[in-house]
Amino acid sequence: MNKIAQIFQTLDYGPAPEGPEQAIAWLDSHDRKFGHFIHGEWTKPGKTFSSDNPANGQSLAQISDGTPSDVDAAVKAARAAFPLWSALSGYERGKYLYAIARAVQKHARLFAVLETLDNGKPIRESRDIDIPLVARHFYHHAGWAQHLSREFPDAVPYGVCGQIIPWNFPLLMLAWKIAPALAAGNTVVLKPAEFTSLTALLFAEICDRIGLPKGVVNIVTGEGDTGQAIVNHQDIDKIAFTGSTEVGKLIRAATAGTGKGLSLELGGKSPYIVFEDADIDSAIEGLVDAIWFNQGQVCCAGSRLLVQESIEERFIKKLKLRMNTLRLGDPMDKSIDIGAMVAPVQVARINDLMQRGVAEGALIYEPDGMALPGTGCFLRPALVTNVSPANTLVAEEIFGPVLVAMSFRTPEEAVALANNTKYGLAATIWSENINLALDIAPKIKAGVVWINGTNNFDAAVGFGGYKESGFGREGGREGMGAYLKPAWEKALKAAPVGKPVPARAANPLDASHVDQTAKMYIGGKQTRPDSAYTRPVLDPSGKLIGEVGEGNRKDIRNAVEAARASLGWSTTAAHTRAQILYFLAENLDYRRDEFAARIKAQTGEDGAEEVALSVERLFAFAGWADKYDGAVHNPPLRAVAAAMIEPLGVMGIVAPTSLPLLGSIALIAPALAMGNTVVLVPSSQSPLSLTDLYQVIETSDVPSGVINIVTGDSVTLAKTLTEHDGVDGLWFAGSAEASTMVEKASISNLKQTWTTRGLSYDLTDRRFEGDYFLGKSTQVKNVWIPYGA
Amino acid sequence: MSLRVVDNSHTETPHKRNPGFPLDLDWVERVRMNRSALERRAGSIGARRTVKKEYQLAWLLKAITLIDLTTLNADDTDGRVERLCAKARHPLRSDILEKLDIGDLSILPGAVCVYHRFVKTAVNALEGTGIPVAAVSTAFPHGLAPLETKLKEIEMSVADGAREIDIVIERGMVLRGDWQALYDQVRAFRKACGDAHMKTILGTGELATQTNIAKASLVCMMAGADFIKTSTGKEKVNADLVTSLTMIRMIRWFHEETAIQIGYKPAGGIATAGDALKYMALLKEELGTHWLQPHLFRFGASSLLTDIERQLEHGLTGHYAADYRQPMV
Repeated sequence: MNKIAQIFQTLDYGPAPEGPEQAIAWLDSHDRKFGHFIHGEWTKPGKTFSSDNPANGQSLAQISDGTPSDVDAAVKAARAAFPLWSALSGYERGKYLYAIARAVQKHARLFAVLETLDNGKPIRESRDIDIPLVARHFYHHAGWAQHLSREFPDAVPYGVCGQIIPWNFPLLMLAWKIAPALAAGNTVVLKPAEFTSLTALLFAEICDRIGLPKGVVNIVTGEGDTGQAIVNHQDIDKIAFTGSTEVGKLIRAATAGTGKGLSLELGGKSPYIVFEDADIDSAIEGLVDAIWFNQGQVCCAGSRLLVQESIEERFIKKLKLRMNTLRLGDPMDKSIDIGAMVAPVQVARINDLMQRGVAEGALIYEPDGMALPGTGCFLRPALVTNVSPANTLVAEEIFGPVLVAMSFRTPEEAVALANNTKYGLAATIWSENINLALDIAPKIKAGVVWINGTNNFDAAVGFGGYKESGFGREGGREGMGAYLKPAWEKALKAAPVGKPVPARAANPLDASHVDQTAKMYIGGKQTRPDSAYTRPVLDPSGKLIGEVGEGNRKDIRNAVEAARASLGWSTTAAHTRAQILYFLAENLDYRRDEFAARIKAQTGEDGAEEVALSVERLFAFAGWADKYDGAVHNPPLRAVAAAMIEPLGVMGIVAPTSLPLLGSIALIAPALAMGNTVVLVPSSQSPLSLTDLYQVIETSDVPSGVINIVTGDSVTLAKTLTEHDGVDGLWFAGSAEASTMVEKASISNLKQTWTTRGLSYDLTDRRFEGDYFLGKSTQVKNVWIPYGA
Repeated sequence: MSLRVVDNSHTETPHKRNPGFPLDLDWVERVRMNRSALERRAGSIGARRTVKKEYQLAWLLKAITLIDLTTLNADDTDGRVERLCAKARHPLRSDILEKLDIGDLSILPGAVCVYHRFVKTAVNALEGTGIPVAAVSTAFPHGLAPLETKLKEIEMSVADGAREIDIVIERGMVLRGDWQALYDQVRAFRKACGDAHMKTILGTGELATQTNIAKASLVCMMAGADFIKTSTGKEKVNADLVTSLTMIRMIRWFHEETAIQIGYKPAGGIATAGDALKYMALLKEELGTHWLQPHLFRFGASSLLTDIERQLEHGLTGHYAADYRQPMV
């Protein structure tokens, strides 16, 4: 029988290879050896390493390992290019972005083939997903560039941005970094991942060809050391990093106190929740796009399947059948679903994790008889069952084609399991019941939620995580905003250093000159300090005018417990939160003379103005509570993408020593308005204005636990608060040194921080009545809701 | 779910025919179809699976054997039907067949599909080929004649030699959710068909939602359909991959629960070889390779064959082919 007659019987697919010729020709045109792209020129290749095709282990090209002096040269080029680039009109910058988008489209096939050769992902994905999204990102941001001054008034670019990207979506992550940076007027030094530098280098050549001004985009290749040189470079104004949570924490620590802008897009262990009323076959097909997209090497991969018990057996059975029809093999073949892992080290790492999981009791299913190619980095798709949240495979990000499955009984339990992770990047929900789906979406702590779909991405819709999945967004308005900062921030001067306050009277017995010692305010009750010590409050002349409790670790612990228990505040209607803030303002105003007198007693200044401003500030944020809200985006899909504004959760707020009343009010009002609960450390020098406020709070219907106040030494308490994993955001007003401490300590759970770094933020200024603090007390969750009868 | 077989009266064929099952309304109510997700799957199948070179040629040859070569026009005549049957006897130009060098592999279409009026004509014209004649029936395309008339039409076509009957359902029953009425009528049609295989045309373009299409598919399968078929070709919306995915997933579910294999026939608007390959890939992925056989899968088409011939000629010669050089359907 001839071959056609044979195939007529078997109906096999057969090979369908994409040709590598154009990409090989491009590599050859560079003699397969690359330097860095700095100031629009290629440097001479230095010490190099090989970039290999993971599907067959063959070397594609030699890549230069960037040294600190290479990085320095790139930063100098970017710095030199910045004044002209940022001075261009938005329209002019937009035209360059548009030209890049056009060029990427024109050479889409070349980019796709090169990406697949270098990374191992199936050509279908690089061709149909990665590269089209790259072009889309540049188109979208061409528009932002032009409209920037209208949409972001009084905002300026950071300057030079250092950008470090991962190997899983090499060119797409480059686009997510470079497009908004350039639109905003920044210049860029970007380091691609060492495994996958080639498309970034091709992109550099595109920048050259379209005539992008020299130095605006600089590409320095290299390994971790090169990245470190970027992170530590003194003349870089902002770091944007996508990669592992482990490295993200190192970068947070390294940039602490430098004032560098920072956005981190890190790991995930995203839940994929299937309710019993879902379209089950579609939910299973969705899993293919969730966990077997790019071999599972996707930070937002739906890697934790949570399926309702009533359908679990049937679902798992059908899922296994579906896994059997996945096609694994040469990523250059057009009919391949699962290509190569990026490098041998990843295969080894995942095999190791799998062994640990099995030792802990996990059962692994892999499709029967799925052959692996003889060479190259391949892993079979795997389904892990018989596991609980305690299993390594459930807790750790595997970053491979491995799905772990668990069941749940009720929607509540689904939410609890979904949130039972240190990560919070994405989540997927399948249900045909809109009531159920839209009830669950806000309850999941994740930056992106897909309903009845998964792994949708678009330039107009922000992407980024909660918790240890990082902070900052890419895409959408919020992503654009991440490359801009208020113009006035650049002009901040150092704050005058206050007199050091004696923590306690030198002789403890001297401290008992006043009858009343103010207590802490925790969980709606006035409580004694755990230490049973007090600290004196002195007037400007040094005379004792009162005493407050000396807060310690345990007081902070109790306050955070109370604040966590009161998180229902975040789902209290915004109108109700507004009413309560108005009421608080009103009650404060009734007692304005008393509060003014107390300010005068502590600072010697007439306090009337500060009280009036405090009342006004409470009014301002009461007014904002029901207005600072989200948006509905228009991705190129029949879907609503709802950008929801959500509070951070529990916020630790350490107020400045100056402005005893307004210093605290100006910070807690926006946090409360947005639905956060607060643990406040008031001015360590003049805390009596806040301890006087307890009664006002109590008479203003503020639910207990929403505002908790711990008095004491602000730096000591700030450290405990920052290190507390139950605190989701921390604001600290104080010295540069203490701010650095706070930023460093924040890595325990990667909480978002805002610190004054010893600079003088004039909180009486009405610029603080608006989105500056609202933005910092919230995060954006994008919920994708496809529809169609 | 366990379903009791209610009708074992007919003779066993090698392929186990659908005997029909009691109407299970609980099952119908559990049907969930998410249109956006179906569209995503259906929309990517052509990019996920492709066949090249001799694989493509073999798949296209297979596609020919899956075609119900069809003429369903108001101006049909015996002459027109005879020409169609002549094409069915020789679907490929002999020089192309020779170049393919496939030995004694028989490449004939799945059936010839005509109105009742031309069943005899077709039966005579196809004598000795083994190609079955299919008759559209039950007041095709609208299905709104009296039940007695429709049953009679089936019986007459079977009497004239039709081995396959393509019935149409009353779309209004689906839109009203009157599953019992739909079930009863299709059940009656099935009885009238006797040994002739029954293809159930849903008129999907007029059923409004994928959920309706899925539920109607299920009810027709419970009522004993051998095939479920998308369209008459006369609706404004013809067969597409999304609707096909909905229907073949219901076929899969039905098979999971009853072990009965139901055939699938998309019809209307499938005109290119490339389209045919996408449908075949979708079937292969969702139902398995063995579903790509004439007793489980058919294309309702007429111009598709000519395009397949052109593609085969191109594959063999490397030149692009012109339609006027292929013997007319």
